[in-house]
Amino acid sequence: MSDIHAQIKDTVDQNDVVLFMKGTKSMPQCGFSSRVAQILTFMEVPFKDVNVLDSAEMRDGIKTFSDWPTIPQLYIKGEFVGGCDIITEMTLSGELDKALADAGVAFSKEAAEKIREHNG
Amino acid sequence: MPVATTIEDKLRQAFAPEALELIDESERHRGHGGWREGGETHFRLRMTAAAFAGQGRVARQRAVNKVLAEELAGPVHALAMELRAPGEA
Repeated sequence: MSDIHAQIKDTVDQNDVVLFMKGTKSMPQCGFSSRVAQILTFMEVPFKDVNVLDSAEMRDGIKTFSDWPTIPQLYIKGEFVGGCDIITEMTLSGELDKALADAGVAFSKEAAEKIREHNG
Repeated sequence: MPVATTIEDKLRQAFAPEALELIDESERHRGHGGWREGGETHFRLRMTAAAFAGQGRVARQRAVNKVLAEELAGPVHALAMELRAPGEA
């Protein structure tokens, strides 16, 4: 395993929820990354943000690690869950609630319901 | 040939979809990362194909990404996907 893959594996193993994104949760640099970060923040999900723009190595490494060509990428309990479309769909369908609950990750069910109410 | 035509041709060949709609949303992303004058940088794909039956969301998108690897590595900055098997809402 390359150094960057080992580093990514450590990160997703040591943090229940990790979002690989362009920019940071407080200053996202791309609309798609921003959307997923906003969903998680609104749902009060504790998550670690990794800014892939910090290094070319990370930007390429996360794509090969996940076999997924785009950013953002969400990991829950070391498992790749999806990118922006998938997380949006899962939020609206309630599947994200289930994935978080199954992983034992705290989140606001009320906030999740609110998102669904306004985007149903 | 426009990128959209190449994408549609490849998808039809690979998935024989029941329904395929490719929308150029580049204008909505004017000035954003990856955007270029002339469009064809940001697309939305709505596709229904029997090939997706029994597959999860990640597997479906991976299958499309594989078919369009060249376009995604090149001119296309973003491809939003709504992928369904026949009969799914």
